[in-house]
Amino acid sequence: MKHTISILCDDIPGVMTRISGLFSRRGFNIESLTVGHTEIPDKSRFTIVVKGDDTVLEQVRKQLQKLIHVLKVRDIKRSLAVEREHALIKIRVNEEQRGEILQIITAVQARIVDSADNMWILEVTGNSIHIDNAFNLFRSYEILESIRTGKIALERGEPGSVK
Amino acid sequence: MKKGQKTGARALVKALESAGVEYIFGYPGGATLPIYDELAHSSIKHILARHEQGAAHMADGYARASGKVGVCMATSGPGATNLVTGIATAYMDSSPVVAITGQVATSMIGNDAFQEVDTTGITIPITKHNYLIKNASDIPAIVEEAFYIASTGRKGPVLIDIPKDVQQELFYSHQSRKINLEGYKPTLKGHPGQIRRAVQLIKNAKKPLIIAGGGVVISDASEELIALIKKASIPVIHTLMGKSAVPNNHELFFGMLGYHGRVAANTAVNEADLIIAAGVRFVDRTTGPLKTFARQAKIIHIDIDPAEISKNIPAFLPIVGDAKNILSQILKTIPEIKHDEWIKYLQSVAAKHPLKAKLSGVTTPNIIRILKEITENPVVVTDVGKHQMFAVHYFPVETAHSFLTSGGLGTMGFSVPAAIGAKVAVKNRQVVDIAGDGSFLMTCQQLATAVQYNIPILVLVMNDYCLGMIHQLQDVSYGKRYQACDLDKIVDHAKLAESLGACGIRVTEEQEIAPAISEGLSNGKPTVIDFILEEKSNAYPMVTGKSLLEYIE
Repeated sequence: MKHTISILCDDIPGVMTRISGLFSRRGFNIESLTVGHTEIPDKSRFTIVVKGDDTVLEQVRKQLQKLIHVLKVRDIKRSLAVEREHALIKIRVNEEQRGEILQIITAVQARIVDSADNMWILEVTGNSIHIDNAFNLFRSYEILESIRTGKIALERGEPGSVK
Repeated sequence: MKKGQKTGARALVKALESAGVEYIFGYPGGATLPIYDELAHSSIKHILARHEQGAAHMADGYARASGKVGVCMATSGPGATNLVTGIATAYMDSSPVVAITGQVATSMIGNDAFQEVDTTGITIPITKHNYLIKNASDIPAIVEEAFYIASTGRKGPVLIDIPKDVQQELFYSHQSRKINLEGYKPTLKGHPGQIRRAVQLIKNAKKPLIIAGGGVVISDASEELIALIKKASIPVIHTLMGKSAVPNNHELFFGMLGYHGRVAANTAVNEADLIIAAGVRFVDRTTGPLKTFARQAKIIHIDIDPAEISKNIPAFLPIVGDAKNILSQILKTIPEIKHDEWIKYLQSVAAKHPLKAKLSGVTTPNIIRILKEITENPVVVTDVGKHQMFAVHYFPVETAHSFLTSGGLGTMGFSVPAAIGAKVAVKNRQVVDIAGDGSFLMTCQQLATAVQYNIPILVLVMNDYCLGMIHQLQDVSYGKRYQACDLDKIVDHAKLAESLGACGIRVTEEQEIAPAISEGLSNGKPTVIDFILEEKSNAYPMVTGKSLLEYIE
């Protein structure tokens, strides 16, 4: 099963190695990992998406909680959280396809953030399914390069109120 | 140097003194010289090991025997990598050790400089926590944090890596930061509701059983455990690490469970309806095949580390906290109970399945039997292998912290340096190392340290010119196809000991055993007795099947 793990930790060198090591040691492949600053100074929040055995993952969650630099670990339930992902897609735009592409851009609420020499860079934001959809639609055209940020997630309601 | 300033090295030594450190087991190198320069003016005594692995085992042995934090130190690069086995050994057995390593200067880190290695990177998976210090002003706080982390909660090793320029850097005390351990809050007290439920379960049980693990020894919970088994009349068995949790001659004591466990202990596990596992992590050597382990029993799992709960064996009732604390809470509310029938039954199983090794001649069990008769509640240190299992079964210990062994990592070469560390910690007790000839040769050079500092340990080498446990496994499980276990009759361990400055005695006849041991215990010198064993006898019982009850005895 797929899990979204949210980790609040100290923002210091090496913390990423400590966290990712606990996953790799047990053979989990991290699907996505995002990290950034938070509202608290010197603290960062990781959102890690992994697929794997629930029991083993629960073990990893407990091990993560034991790291000295980790303050909080949550295995987030999708229905109780807001999830977002961001993607950049560089696409070749021929004269005859321009109209169709613009329609898709409108449909998936993408934006053109760069255009040069018949190449556009589009940005799309939404939950993972929305990003998947956008990729599916743009796949009929020539995607030159693309990148997804991986998921970020926050639980709804008062922090820590979700059990 | 201006007034009020000090170097990082001086701050380190001062911080170690404040932490109550009396001994550092170490080996110097280019990247720790500023620290050694400061140690000259300190009350801390430095004990020079003969290899860094030995320094780490000494610190570990010191910690296990005394319960205090053991400290070891090594230089950068090879010094640090040589510590790794020792640190991992301490980590697996939750032993409180602080390891200090020198590092190349900060400006050179990442350049593949001379004797540079990514020490903190290498040791992340084998330490409870580690630090790479970038500013000398952080040293006092980090040392305080390191000792706190190592010695609280589930204890374990903490490593501090200090670049040479940081050791030399000058700073003013007021620049020091405060300790910060926001993310570290070990749970010590058991949840009262869970404790109430545990008491209820114990009251309702017909065949309760306690498995005592290393956690009972580490948390000094023996007194509470002994009182509890008496009050509620619960039989007790132990894991390898829990051997000294209860006096081994206690009437409710049924020995070790597991792959090399006693039949009565493994039968008890199989038939109990309630198991109280205290400070146990249910490692594979303890449980045997998980599917057949304790099928009849509800398990109350007491452990200080929440990550151990339901890791291998699902807990019916988990209680997270310190074993001493929780056992004393249970003891307070438990009424007096009798389980005479259950105990009688286990006693009959035990009587039917006594230990069967030959207790005569120059054999490991016989030597250990004689050792027990001559010694007075010594600290027994073992190495890893066949002799280790014989030591578990044939040397009944009396008090906690009296049986030191590398249980989790199974590190051959542990015993000589660990015995040295233990003897430093408990000078007034006899410290006897039971080793095999294979394991002895791995770290025997540390005897020179014992000689230099006059640390009189007694080392018994069970010499069958063979890697005994490998031989046994190839005998039982590989159709007697013996490979790479023959050490050949090359080494004279007594002469080897003498060349290292220790006393060496060679024993080939049964009647020489007792005099040799007495001589080794009383001569006040580090002594090695080379026992030339008369046979390669296997260490039984040994589980061979799909459950703990399929065994050879």
